[in-house]
Amino acid sequence: MIRVVLPFHLRNLAQVEGEVQVDVEGEATACAVLDALEKQYPVLQGTIRDQSTHKRRAFLRFFACGEDLSHEPLDAPLPVAVAEGAEPFQVVGAMAGG
Amino acid sequence: MSGVRVLVGTRKGAFVMTSDERREQWDIQGPHFAGWEIYHLKGSPADPNRIYASQSTGWFGQLIQRSNDGGKTWEPVGNKFEYDGVPGTHQWYDGTPHPWEFARVWHLEPSLSDPDTIYAGVEDAALFRSVDGGGSWHELSGLRESGSGPNWAPGAGGMCLHTIVQDPRDADRIFVAISAAGVFRTDDGGKTWKVVTKGLRSGEIPTETAEVGHCVHRIAMHPSRPDTLFMQKHWDVMRSDDAGESWYEVSGNLPSDFGFPIDVHAHEPDTIYVVPIKSDSLHYPPDGKLRVYRSRTGGNEWEALTEGLPQSDCYVNVLRDAMSVDSLDSCGIYFGTSGGQVYASTNAGDSWAPIVRDLPSVCSVEVQTLA
Repeated sequence: MIRVVLPFHLRNLAQVEGEVQVDVEGEATACAVLDALEKQYPVLQGTIRDQSTHKRRAFLRFFACGEDLSHEPLDAPLPVAVAEGAEPFQVVGAMAGG
Repeated sequence: MSGVRVLVGTRKGAFVMTSDERREQWDIQGPHFAGWEIYHLKGSPADPNRIYASQSTGWFGQLIQRSNDGGKTWEPVGNKFEYDGVPGTHQWYDGTPHPWEFARVWHLEPSLSDPDTIYAGVEDAALFRSVDGGGSWHELSGLRESGSGPNWAPGAGGMCLHTIVQDPRDADRIFVAISAAGVFRTDDGGKTWKVVTKGLRSGEIPTETAEVGHCVHRIAMHPSRPDTLFMQKHWDVMRSDDAGESWYEVSGNLPSDFGFPIDVHAHEPDTIYVVPIKSDSLHYPPDGKLRVYRSRTGGNEWEALTEGLPQSDCYVNVLRDAMSVDSLDSCGIYFGTSGGQVYASTNAGDSWAPIVRDLPSVCSVEVQTLA
């Protein structure tokens, strides 16, 4: 079980409050977490990454364990603490706009 | 009892406003999709309870929402807009080739006859169609591949397909407009397209009568005369009486050559409305006076409509999709502003009153006349 923290608008879209939890088959990578997240909440397809290229949307970042993982390969293993559910995988929206 | 439903898209959500045929007391529901930009929402002419909305932000991309109960409840439908094949390049601002990239849906146009069929005009400019109520979208790529696509270039707002006009006589005939490319017409349901810009003149482009490169802002048609089109262009108001084959200017005595919306009275096909805006770097009304201009002669002769509208210190804008008309006996005209006001006239523009004054900046206004 992996914990995921979503930004406000994506929690609203998915109709969830607080953290969500997803089960990942195989190695815990950002790609596997997002695959599981989109399978569990199809409305999130296209909101975090492009549906065709899987490229992360420019104004979003991936944080975990105090680290910015946004530029890590999407198929790189996530920190053990995330894979074991001790720490959340955070999807963070850029602080900008009006 | 008849009435109207006004669908308002804003920078921070959608609002649904209803009234009886007197159009004096309004029920305002919203914001739906709070915090999201709603570029456009529009109801199906075949089923007024079916409404589609374009929901987007720069953060989270594009969603399409659908309502089956007149805007009370909504459900997200398909949001995968993939260009057909390898889309190639169009011109960038500096004239260099730039890959086609989907940014957002500017305009949604439901079919005149089928609630499950809907067209979407997108940035970078292309036309998509869904025949399953928005569940899946497929590009009508004959438009983008009609020959001039590599020469299309964005306007300052992006390279958007913002206008989709269907011919009520013939479902295979559709007009679209793209900023800053021009007007295109299909007569075979979107397979092939023809550039229909003859007569357009844009003095600030290198060849002012070029086939493509014109910043068309909006086109309006009266359903009883589908060969007559009215256009608000970046410069000038134009008219065609031959389905776009040729255009001529009808700006007449308007106080500026710029503006975004244009619309036609529901019962008088020669009565048209525009909102002149100071061209082209200021984007607010001339002299700080918010005036709708009406022509009862199909153009050239215009009168300012001012009663009930601010006539001093007004510096709002009115965007291309932010004007609409109802079809009650006494035709209602509606428009929304960048200042968050939605104004309504129940007497064809003679006088105006705000439905609401303090919404977020208004992107679009569409009206449904309810039986």
